[in-house]
Amino acid sequence: MNAPPVASELGLVLCHACGLACDNRDHPTQCPRCAAPLHERKPESLTRTWAYLIAALVFYIPANLLPVMNTKLFGAGDDSTIMSGVLEFWAHGSWDIALIIFIASIAVPATKFVALGLLLVTVQRGSTWAQRQRSKLFRFVELIGYWSMLDVIVVALVAALVKFQALGDIEPRLGILFFGMVVVFTMLAAMSFDPRLIWQPPNGKEPAHE
Amino acid sequence: MASTDRLIICEHCDCVYERVELAKHQKALCLRCGAVLQRHNGLDVQQRLALSLTAAILWMFANFYPVMSISLQGLHNSATLWDSVRALATGPITFIALVAAIAIIIAPMFQLLLLLWVLVHALGRRRSPAFSLCMRWLETLRPWSMLEVCLLGSMVAVFKLAGLLDVLPGLGLIALAALSLLMIRLAGRDIRDLWVYLS
Repeated sequence: MNAPPVASELGLVLCHACGLACDNRDHPTQCPRCAAPLHERKPESLTRTWAYLIAALVFYIPANLLPVMNTKLFGAGDDSTIMSGVLEFWAHGSWDIALIIFIASIAVPATKFVALGLLLVTVQRGSTWAQRQRSKLFRFVELIGYWSMLDVIVVALVAALVKFQALGDIEPRLGILFFGMVVVFTMLAAMSFDPRLIWQPPNGKEPAHE
Repeated sequence: MASTDRLIICEHCDCVYERVELAKHQKALCLRCGAVLQRHNGLDVQQRLALSLTAAILWMFANFYPVMSISLQGLHNSATLWDSVRALATGPITFIALVAAIAIIIAPMFQLLLLLWVLVHALGRRRSPAFSLCMRWLETLRPWSMLEVCLLGSMVAVFKLAGLLDVLPGLGLIALAALSLLMIRLAGRDIRDLWVYLS
């Protein structure tokens, strides 16, 4: 297959905010059309992505171990974690809801860790293996990005509704904070990763000039 | 320099192409990495503005009417989106309430205000004041606006509570469903075509 020309060969750079192909011969710092900052590559892409990813991984542990909410019905209080919520739906026969929560809350973050980790390691080794598939993998990570917020919203709504003092009361717990942080940090990690590095490895360092 | 207007650069692999005219339902893919380069944009400025106004009204319904109400042994309670954000704002986890507020209330609201602002001016083929700032904010807000997730979350919450007590979906939930579908169509990246339309 005859590959099309690449922007850097033609002295062009893409503006990420408005999509304009900008003339890069004088290395402008701003897009001439929308005034957003221009970068040939996202600045410090690999370092930032690693940092966000590791932070997310650290938060993932308390997010799964600590209770996300406390249900008090007719006097009896009960803490539940994300996994126990899934198991409860499963035990009551609602396997479909259990599956939705499991995918959104546990499978999606885990997939993002594995996929971004794989992309980072292969880019750092300058690998040319399965470039097209790795590009697809990155787009998949971007696509599933925010679906993990699901559980945060479920807990928020349920806690807002069930407020009957002695009769029944649901309160959010610390786990949900860590869980939300996992979502935010994996989203930041995906945003700081530059997919163009899959095709043009940084050769030890990323292109200079900002 | 002027000729670069007709070029598109693939944001996933930096390949350069010339812009093409697409017919309905067509999209252009990058030869090398398979990313979408261009999509057919079926909406003109008037239609976009009309849909944005509709979405703004739906946003108000989604925010001022309860998403659902419940009853337990004669006691009733209902919650709006704002109530659920406030339910998170307790003790050490307050920060997550801010994230949720941005994702389900604030980001969609600003997206709609910015869209209305730039589109009202685009009607007369003019760039609105602070046009580039508004367009850049529309790009920044997009990933943080999570109405679809909020819709699915609300439906899961209905099922979660249905086992324990009586749950009644509210007007807010219906408005939320319509709004999240509209936002997918409206707040996508094809709003960038305004740059070409207004140049």
